This record gives sequence, C-alpha cells and structure tokens, in this order.
Amino acid sequence: MHSVLLVVAAFLACTVEMVEALTIVLAVAVTRGWRSAGWGVAAALGGLVVIVAALGPALAHLPIDALRLVVGTVLLVFGLQWLRKAVLRASGLKALHDEEAIYEAEVASLRASGERAKQDWYAFTVAFKGVFLEGLEVAFIVVTFGGTQRNVGLAAIGAAAALVVVLIAGTIMHAPLTRVPENTLKFGVGVMLTSFGIFWSAEGAGINWPGADASLLAVIAFVVVVAFGLVALARRAQAIPEVATS
Amino acid sequence: MKWLAQFGKFWYDFIIGDDWRIAVGVVATVAGVYVAAHHDHDWWWLLPLAVALLLAVSITHEMRRRLR
Repeated sequence: MHSVLLVVAAFLACTVEMVEALTIVLAVAVTRGWRSAGWGVAAALGGLVVIVAALGPALAHLPIDALRLVVGTVLLVFGLQWLRKAVLRASGLKALHDEEAIYEAEVASLRASGERAKQDWYAFTVAFKGVFLEGLEVAFIVVTFGGTQRNVGLAAIGAAAALVVVLIAGTIMHAPLTRVPENTLKFGVGVMLTSFGIFWSAEGAGINWPGADASLLAVIAFVVVVAFGLVALARRAQAIPEVATS
Repeated sequence: MKWLAQFGKFWYDFIIGDDWRIAVGVVATVAGVYVAAHHDHDWWWLLPLAVALLLAVSITHEMRRRLR
C-alpha cells in the first residue's frame, strides 16, 4: 500500500513539472525551430543525469531516521507551500494556472525576440532553462521520496511513467497540455506531499504512528478535509459561489 | 557570485515559497515533536494539528491581504 502511494505521489508531482517543461519547450520549438530547442533539452537532461547520479547514491549511506526527519520536514514545508497555492487558487484568491495562456505569452515573447540564427542560442537557452529547472524539481521529488523509503527505483518508476504519459500526450496534442486539469492535479500533489511530509518527519522524530503504515491513509484524509474546509471557508468569506478546483 | 545568488533564490522560492512563516512553524513543531518523542511522549497528533493551524493562518493572512 505504502509503495503504491509512493509511486502515485511521485507520478502526480512529476507530471505537473513535466507539463510545465513541455509547455516551454513546445513554445520555443514551434516559434524558433526544433533543432536548437532539442539541443537545449538534451543539454539540460545531461546536466540532470549528472546531478541525480551524484546525489542519489549518497542518500543510501545516511541513517534512515535522520533522513526521514530532514527530508520529511523539507517535504512538509515544500508540500504546504504547494497546498497553500492550490487552496488559494481553488477559492478564487489566486488566478488559476493556465498553461494555454503561458504558452501564448511564451510564443509572443519568443517572436518578439528577433531573427533566428543558424544556432539559435536564445531557443537553446530557454529550452535548457525550462527543462533544467523543472527537471531539478522532478529530481528533488524522486531523490527525497525514494531516499526516505530506501527505494529510489520506485519513485523513479513514478517519474518515468509521468514522462511517458506527458510525452505521449504532448506528441498527440502537439500543443500545450491545456486539457490536463493542472490545478486539480496540483491540489492532489499538495495533499500527497504534505501527508508524506507529516508522516515521515514525525516518524523520523521518533513518533510511533497508531496503526503503523496504515495511518498514512488517515493523514491523507485529514489533510484533504482541512484543505477543502479552508477552500469552503475562503469562498464563503469572499461570497464566491462557483466551484473552481479544476 | 550572481549565479550562486540565483541558485540560492531558486531553492528558497522552491522550498520556502511565498510564506516563510509556514517553514518556521513546521521546523519549530517538528523540533517539539522530536523533544516530546525523546521524553516518552508519543504525540503523533501534534504535527497534523499544527499543519492544519499553519495552513489556516497562512490562508487567512493572504485572504485579508488580498481583500484589503
């Protein structure tokens, strides 16, 4: 059960990051050409492989409780920020993340940036930056999720599945993945990251959860109730009647 | 040096994000749970409760700021 949740959480979190990276790459490739954008993507992936190869194995040598305490705490801070944004978006206090608008803005900015050269360094840099930064977030998720469970492979399976799904969807649509309900996905990811963060940091601090691993489900349910409760309260405070979690 | 500052800002924005009080609250609560657990108090409920409160305070603060 725990392993399934780990793969699902890694899959969802990585999907969000990959959709964002793909939106940038598609915008660059469509407006400035695929060649330089492709080199940018390849260079970024190369850099990421080096970072993960350097950081991943180091985690295996750390004591598991200390690892859970530190990684769980970082994951909880990180997850709560994600959940906070998701609650603000769902309650109408923050604009919904719109991949189509981001894509259009990126395309307009790239078109405005002038003539293409043979090796388009502008396209290379934008594609590199997009893939490297989003990829760094994917690497962080895989290394922390996997490292805390002493199973980087399992988290990597979730990330690889996300990559396959996003690439297939991107190839079919050949446009930004506007049909992916990104805000709903982010809400789910915020809940998962926060729940895993609570569970691992408490465990690392020396707490024995009642019901052991099964209590993770109760933690997830609790976080869902709190998040939806806050969305409802925030909507009521603003008197916004419409439901907008997607 | 500029690259290092940008790298640091990326990780700050990535992990700490918009509300630093959440990070401070989480670290303080986890430290409290650690101390309690090492004095034979199995306060498993403390962290979920603190998370709910921190999120509620942060959302309320943001709501007041935006609606002001």
